[in-house]
Amino acid sequence: MVNIDIKKATVTEASVSVAWGARLSRPEVIPMYPITPQTHIVEHLAEFINNGEMDAEMIHVESEHSALSAMVGSVAAGSRTFTATASQGLALMYEILPIMSGMRLPGVMAVANRALSAPINIWNDHSDSVSARDQGWIQLWVESSQEALDTVIQAYKISENKKVMLPVMVNLDGFSLSHVYEPVEIPDQGKVDKFLPEYKAEDFLDLKNPKTFGPIGFPSDYMEFKEQQQAAMFEAEPVVQEVAKEFGKAFGREYGDGLVEEYKMEDAEYAVIGMGTLCGTAKDAVDELREKGIKAGVLRLKCMRPLPAERIQKAVKGLKALAVIDRHVSLGFEGPLFTDLRSALYETGLQVNGYVAGLGGKDIKIQHFEKVFNELKEGKKKGGWLL
Amino acid sequence: MSKEVKKIMGLEERELFAPGHRACAGCGEALGIRHTIKAAGENTIVVSATGCMEVISTPYPETAWKVPWIHAAFENNSAVASGIDASLKKQGKRDETNLLVVGGDGSTFDIGFGALSGAIERGHKFTYVCTDNEAYMNTGIQRSGASFPFSSTTTAPAGKKVHGKMDPKKPLPLIVAAHGSGYVATASIANLIDLNRKVKEALTRDGVSFVHVYSPCPRGWYHASDSALEIARLAIDTRVFPLYEIDNGVLKFTQKIEKEKAKPLEEYTKTQRRFKHLDEEDMKKLKEYVNDRYSFLEGIEGKKCFDTLY
Repeated sequence: MVNIDIKKATVTEASVSVAWGARLSRPEVIPMYPITPQTHIVEHLAEFINNGEMDAEMIHVESEHSALSAMVGSVAAGSRTFTATASQGLALMYEILPIMSGMRLPGVMAVANRALSAPINIWNDHSDSVSARDQGWIQLWVESSQEALDTVIQAYKISENKKVMLPVMVNLDGFSLSHVYEPVEIPDQGKVDKFLPEYKAEDFLDLKNPKTFGPIGFPSDYMEFKEQQQAAMFEAEPVVQEVAKEFGKAFGREYGDGLVEEYKMEDAEYAVIGMGTLCGTAKDAVDELREKGIKAGVLRLKCMRPLPAERIQKAVKGLKALAVIDRHVSLGFEGPLFTDLRSALYETGLQVNGYVAGLGGKDIKIQHFEKVFNELKEGKKKGGWLL
Repeated sequence: MSKEVKKIMGLEERELFAPGHRACAGCGEALGIRHTIKAAGENTIVVSATGCMEVISTPYPETAWKVPWIHAAFENNSAVASGIDASLKKQGKRDETNLLVVGGDGSTFDIGFGALSGAIERGHKFTYVCTDNEAYMNTGIQRSGASFPFSSTTTAPAGKKVHGKMDPKKPLPLIVAAHGSGYVATASIANLIDLNRKVKEALTRDGVSFVHVYSPCPRGWYHASDSALEIARLAIDTRVFPLYEIDNGVLKFTQKIEKEKAKPLEEYTKTQRRFKHLDEEDMKKLKEYVNDRYSFLEGIEGKKCFDTLY
């Protein structure tokens, strides 16, 4: 649970929290391009910079493709860099996602998750980031304004870890979180500086030690590059946990173990797992079901890539059935998180149901979760779309 | 700030683009790139687009580059350079570093044009050198916005009905100048001393400066591998590729070819099989096209025709 000292908190929009997370992380360069519902993040960063409260170079790029490309350049030149996007913007960046991770360039990008066109839709679902999950970015998912701020800071520490050196996406639900005002404690800059020291690149575009970045890799070497990336992804899993723990010690706030957050799971027989704000509604549903004597629980997946398979296997021990709520669908098959988790849990023999919900901003209600838990209790293999 | 470099005929002797790269025999573009980095010098970061020059110079784990070099994708060299420019500025390393962006005509005229346009508008400081061989050569000689009218390419082939490219060449140097760039020049591998001077001049300027380098391609133009320089000279002498610079918005020819003294266009076209199919009517149209373009430049010569923003 979010442990906020209410006397020190201010009521802040989650987008502003993300901007604060970025500001406190002291990036040197911020390429920015507007897209709903991400705009408030870069607008606030621009305000910080133009008011002299933050010392960073803004680049007002002409597209998201150029935003991420400029980020590749500035990180390769040795600068900590931040950017943010959503939906079609992330889709336009898609080409550069595997290039940045393949070049092992650390950096943080916030994504205010939004549905993909068509039909054009500015509201939340997870289709943008989830469909980019195979591109070598660590994906962290948040539920609250405070968590958004805290996660941006942690994301830099994970990303720049020498064992990792991979970019990190911090995902927050568009509108249903990005535009929500909540009490937020803005950490002290001195404490953040201690937690997250200045970025010192080992490999960068250095006149004194010229190196070639982004060469052509032939079939003899390409797969070895990917093998190293895969190893780094798996290395990242314990790093996410360590960083979460260290952050907890320094700031008094922890969100599960950084990988998964468990809610009323100790004695749970049935549980749902999902990402982002839908888990808040799921927690309310669980509270109501518990009053009716149903041992229900929630698992909130905070880290989708790397997928902490063993950690999830541990968390579902004792469950009779689990439901996966996807806010995206792999058209022609099923929810991708469902596919992932069923695979990760295959050897446990646990019954796993898959549900697709909340596409394009459709509300996910307590009644939806009641239906899901009822189906879990019935013990039948069910699932489908929650309309 | 750097130590004295030994020169031969005004050109630096030392090489920053090492031999042993994998360009085709007689490649005009590799010569252009080699002399571009020769002029730019050691204190240079190179940002490359995807293309022949990227592929032939960096077969992992080898590299031909003796300066820091980066490649990310086809259309984003100007955007990557924008990030590097901002980073260098923030780190206080901007003044000591030349930022050189290179790309072929496909990346510059077509797919990377938006990123280039944005970078010019934002006033980043770098020199963009476009080595133009008038088609997508790396993918196999496909038509680009820079392909010369009537040239035959694999996607605009000379057929019985359609005789190659039926559209003009995008006037990119003029378009860059119209953005407000303070220094735009054309250069050729036929005159390496001129190319050397223009690259050096470009690097002294604020904002984005632009050098458009004519680069024959033996494979794509179907010419003999010992002919690139001769063809480059003919391109100048037949007024196909005018050599000029636009300095603070004023166009000046650096090697002007008067109409009466120009060599006949046929002397140029006959050297390359990409023009082999031209009939009398085609040749008439092509001559008109070449003369009209040159006349336009003559018309604006010496006048402040472009507003400069830097």
